[in-house]
Amino acid sequence: MSQPTKDSQLPESRLPEKNNAAGAEKSISKQWSGTEREKLAARPSETTRRAFLFKLAVGFNGLVGLVMAVPIFGFLLGPVFKKRDDNHAWVGLGETGSFPLGETRLATYINPITGPSDGETAKISCWVRHTEDDRFQVFAVNCAHLGCPVRWFAQSRLFLCPCHGGAYYEDGTRASGPPPRGLFEYQHRLTGGQLEIFAGEMPTLSNEACAGKKPLVQLETSAANEQGRPA
Amino acid sequence: MTDLKKTGLQVFHWFESRLGLAGQVTEMAEHPTPVSAASWWYVFGSAAMVLLVLQVMTGILLALVYSPSASNAWPSLQFINHNLALGWFLRAMHGWGSDFMIAIVLIHMAQVFLFGAYKFPRELTWIVGVLLLLLTLGMAFTGQVLRFDQDAYWGLGIGASITGSIPFVGGPLVHLLLGGPIVGGATLSRFFTLHVFVIPGLLLAFVGLHLLMVLKLGINEWPMPGRIVRKADYQKNYQALTKTTGVPFAPDAAWKDAVFAAVMMLSVMACAWFLGPIGPSGVPDPTIIQTAPKPDLPFLWIFAVLAYLPPELETPVLLIAPPLIIGGLLLLPLVAGEGEKHWSRRPVAILMVTLIAVTLGIFTQLGTYAPWSPQMDAWSADPVPAEFLAHRKPLERRGAIVFQEKQCRNCHALEGSGGLRGPALDTVATRMTEDQIIRQILQGGGNMPSYGKALSPAETRALTSFLMTLHGHQAPARDASLGTMPQNGTHPAVTAPENVPATESTPAR
Repeated sequence: MSQPTKDSQLPESRLPEKNNAAGAEKSISKQWSGTEREKLAARPSETTRRAFLFKLAVGFNGLVGLVMAVPIFGFLLGPVFKKRDDNHAWVGLGETGSFPLGETRLATYINPITGPSDGETAKISCWVRHTEDDRFQVFAVNCAHLGCPVRWFAQSRLFLCPCHGGAYYEDGTRASGPPPRGLFEYQHRLTGGQLEIFAGEMPTLSNEACAGKKPLVQLETSAANEQGRPA
Repeated sequence: MTDLKKTGLQVFHWFESRLGLAGQVTEMAEHPTPVSAASWWYVFGSAAMVLLVLQVMTGILLALVYSPSASNAWPSLQFINHNLALGWFLRAMHGWGSDFMIAIVLIHMAQVFLFGAYKFPRELTWIVGVLLLLLTLGMAFTGQVLRFDQDAYWGLGIGASITGSIPFVGGPLVHLLLGGPIVGGATLSRFFTLHVFVIPGLLLAFVGLHLLMVLKLGINEWPMPGRIVRKADYQKNYQALTKTTGVPFAPDAAWKDAVFAAVMMLSVMACAWFLGPIGPSGVPDPTIIQTAPKPDLPFLWIFAVLAYLPPELETPVLLIAPPLIIGGLLLLPLVAGEGEKHWSRRPVAILMVTLIAVTLGIFTQLGTYAPWSPQMDAWSADPVPAEFLAHRKPLERRGAIVFQEKQCRNCHALEGSGGLRGPALDTVATRMTEDQIIRQILQGGGNMPSYGKALSPAETRALTSFLMTLHGHQAPARDASLGTMPQNGTHPAVTAPENVPATESTPAR
């Protein structure tokens, strides 16, 4: 142990008294570790049978670790390798009659993929716009900017986002603010008077939660923005 | 009494002969410190560590009751707040302790930077310190998620949206972050794992390393202008300095650390007692969309930056700036490991700290009232000031109703109430002519949606005539080209405020 030399560096030693009654007991551990180290240092450095076996054991452990890494990383990365179809399904939003023509209404569904502890968070909202007889648009509630819930204002026919002020027109196209594109739109279909959407995944710029063939990031130039949407 | 003392000593020695720690602990506590470093400026690191211990302790106690499942987390926090004796106080201490810890860590970092303490041979101490800062921020973010209220739910959505904008790997990363396709139970439990196991484990390990290096390399001496750090002779000089002026850290320097740490703990307790626990806000029900999510104090500046970045720059800045900033912090001691330590000889360092502090401060302050966010209920909640309605014609008053009903107020304030996203309109008629106002309303632009489809010609006319009355005591703006026409002073541009006529210009263009 290098303790005595370090002690001498201190201006004044405040270590407890060493020459006490228990001194003999105290030195046990020191002696033991000291002799072990001497033995180790005295050993020749050439490869012995035990050293070889140790290396072999380390290699064996490495191999086992590698095999074990497969289930560990497989489990950890499980959500990543799910196919798109595994995360999506057709979900009913209700009778078409519950969405009056010309209006935009908030609808709620239970996400088709849920876990046992999701609770309330399994419920997802979306905006349903009934445009013509059997024509609908279903928008994700998440702003295309950072996913905050947009609110519909029927009077000004705008969706407004409370976070950074993104605004969208009634057809989901971008009106102003930071969003890089229009609202995300769900694929939908009508089956037996029911409005169904293809849902299951939180829409972000990285997935295609929009029905159209729009590019993923539909950056609008400032020129197009300036022109706006004349009456 | 002496027997008791003797027994006590025996017990101590029984343990000591097996552990052999007393000597090392004493040695650590008494490690020689330059007398100049026994300063009030050197107390922040130990205070951060004491706060970490407070966080660990309160965290363990909260974990006794908290339920990390999406269906039960929010009710369990309500239970801690309202049904358990002093549960609210514990939550409050944990919440305020987190804010204090971040503040102290940042102050510690600024002090270390200004005192040049990151220079040779303490480069790795700084690098580990940067990792500790990131881990501390990671604790704050994951902790905010565990509150699992509306802010946490939509905050996770914001995290997912930012992650989703990363090219190529964004999609898989979103799923990795959320633990599934949506924000739900799996998301909360993985943030719980991070907050309770992974990050604290790393944090404690790195704090250990950080401390080990502080002990091994010694506490940075008080910098002196002109005392240059050179790798060749720094350590020799430092040894000489500590030999001549060295004092044992405990008690000569440590008493200040202890006093400051105690003051910090008292402050945390005072904040907890007087300000109470932080949240939880509304229940995390995604179908309740009447919410304006906001991050916690340490992240408000990011909220502000994301609001002010132009859309085209957002993704590049989000993806490029963090690696640059973190990389810069990590590389700093390797690039500037030698040279002047004293701040008076490092003006760029002072400028940088000032600039960063002012920037973060301003963005955080803006984040507290978020002028970029529309006030979602201003249109139905904020009254039109009476003087804007007095002595107005029916058409103009009708325009005030249109102004409220079409949610203009959500973005435009009148007399300071209403949204701040667009300009306040108290005196709009002094800076825009009638034609310009009509064009702006119908076509939008300049970050305003167009209202061409949302307004009938009659509504537009009423709205415009109302807005034209908003010119305070000045004359309204006029079109210079129209002003040349001889109209005997009857043109709206030059009439008195009381009798602005309803104009006949057609709004549809």
